[in-house]
Amino acid sequence: MKYAFAALAAASVLAGPAQASLAEQVDAVFAASTTWFVNLIFANLPGTGVPWIVGWLVAGAVVFTLYFGFIQFRAFGHALQIVRGKYSDPKDAGEVSPFQALTAALSGTVGLGNIAGVAVAVSIGGAGATFWMILAGLLGMASKFTECTLGVKYRNEYPDGTVSGGPMYYIKKGFAERGLPLGGFMAVMFSIFCVLGSLGGGNMFQANQAASQVSSVLGVPTWITGLVLSGIVFLVIVGGIKSIARVTEKVVPFMGGGYFLVGMSILILNWDMIGWAFSEIIRGAFTDSGIVGGMVGAIIQGFRRAAFSNEAGIGSAAIAHSAVRTKEPISEGFVSLLEPFIDTVIICTMTALVIIITQQLLIDANTGMYILGENGRIANVEGVGAGVPLTSAAFGSAFGWAPYALSLAVFLFAFSTMITWSYYGVKAWTYMFGEGEAKELVFKLIFCFFIFVGAVTSLDAVIDFSDAALFSMAIFNIIALYFLMPIVKRELNSYLLRLKSGQIKAYK
Amino acid sequence: MSETYLIAFDGSAASARALTFGAERARASGARLLLAHVLEWSPYSFLSAEEVAERHKRRTEEVGRAETVILEPVRKKLTAQGLSVETVVRYGHVAEVLCDLATEYGATQIIVGRTGEKGLQARLFGSVAGTLAQAAPVPCTIVP
Repeated sequence: MKYAFAALAAASVLAGPAQASLAEQVDAVFAASTTWFVNLIFANLPGTGVPWIVGWLVAGAVVFTLYFGFIQFRAFGHALQIVRGKYSDPKDAGEVSPFQALTAALSGTVGLGNIAGVAVAVSIGGAGATFWMILAGLLGMASKFTECTLGVKYRNEYPDGTVSGGPMYYIKKGFAERGLPLGGFMAVMFSIFCVLGSLGGGNMFQANQAASQVSSVLGVPTWITGLVLSGIVFLVIVGGIKSIARVTEKVVPFMGGGYFLVGMSILILNWDMIGWAFSEIIRGAFTDSGIVGGMVGAIIQGFRRAAFSNEAGIGSAAIAHSAVRTKEPISEGFVSLLEPFIDTVIICTMTALVIIITQQLLIDANTGMYILGENGRIANVEGVGAGVPLTSAAFGSAFGWAPYALSLAVFLFAFSTMITWSYYGVKAWTYMFGEGEAKELVFKLIFCFFIFVGAVTSLDAVIDFSDAALFSMAIFNIIALYFLMPIVKRELNSYLLRLKSGQIKAYK
Repeated sequence: MSETYLIAFDGSAASARALTFGAERARASGARLLLAHVLEWSPYSFLSAEEVAERHKRRTEEVGRAETVILEPVRKKLTAQGLSVETVVRYGHVAEVLCDLATEYGATQIIVGRTGEKGLQARLFGSVAGTLAQAAPVPCTIVP
């Protein structure tokens, strides 16, 4: 990483004409300095083609699902009631409501993962990846429930009324409470990876996709978008110009809603194809549809993208949820289990269906197999790259104006995800180096710098590093969740008992 | 049974008129006064992660300010004049909260000032006074 700094410091004094070579330089240095890390995280399980980290996340989600007796389905209705405010004490009005906690955490996950990530998944894994993505989303709900409950239970509350929480806090305090060793060490390791994930998936991946979309639709060079994004984020997180963030926070939910509506209209216009699309998804999920790696390839892509999109088991949402003042950690866990459902099962599936139904992926008419491009990806109609351009082409084939709207959406999603992830990064940073404005400032400056790096680097290098950094957060988080899940179970049983006896009462 | 007048007070000129009106009536009838300051708040608005983290701190500050700056001086003044005064700060939809408070405290009358908003905004969103006129559980006096 040190080399990247040096290269940019040297190159940034060069004037405009050198920009193309600057981008290439940053690119090469970036790829060279991150490859070892990516290879380590995505090493295959011995004798298989499955990256161990993907197996790790899915195994965790399965364990939590079984251990809590399919809590994601049992508590689903109750979770919706909590979000609607049925169990909110009117006297607590003015505090963060369950709805606000849900949407704040969602703003960090709904975004490019749903637009770009899904496109990458189906362009490598075919339609079948969608099935595994949905399954991973449903399982992930249990991981999210576990981590967010713990996040609330073990947060730090300060005299001035603010709170800090997240995996680093529950790892440290939870392990100490159970008399387990290494809590402090694991908490620091998690924080290191959280900072890296904040710079990777929460930052560079976003900047990269926003820049490439703006460049392909409007023809603006990526380094300009990089500078602009970097500047705006700087104004918000360093300059404290809250009005920009406030505008985005108001606009993004409508963008999300608009994205969903446009996608739904495309599906409704092609309603006769939906049956075919689902049969493609099932066929691809259980048979070899001609993609690299066959059926296993579809599973890997589906699980990878689901994990990247909804972040269940990663630990990030626990940081956001722990800031909510609630009397019941479990109720916060229930609220959070809706996130993978909304993010993956609804929004990601919709994106995948749009790409499949508009028939962007080329299929050999004779064999029914996908036609592969030279990079191992499935060739598509427009010949565009995976990621946002593919989704954009799919939406554009139905509505000519859609790519422009999508550019705006991508830009805003990228921005709001960056703001949310800068908060996660700051929390992990201050956990390691102590609370304090100067310490926060250092991280925020690094954060803004990486926006520019992300915007100009090539997609593959960025996606791989983003994935690796984000997934590595899950290593220590899930180990901790295994040790701490009995505490969650105790809380859950007590909560359900009190709910049944009417001690936890509905106000509406 | 003595009466309780619920007066919506936010420090504005309109609410000051309501207060003057209510205080006069209370002096005559010996009613108790309940001064309510309601901060507009929707549980369905959107907050960023950082705002979520700071919310409790902000709320404490807002309540403190409402009590010390807006309600307390008025309460002192009226108590000195021999009136029985209680204050309350709440969050929510202003008209709805006033209705709830009236029931909760057994108020016999609600007194609010009228801001006199006209045009599109008032038509679209309605006014506190207008909503109360339709929804108040007890008699409601709207002071112009």
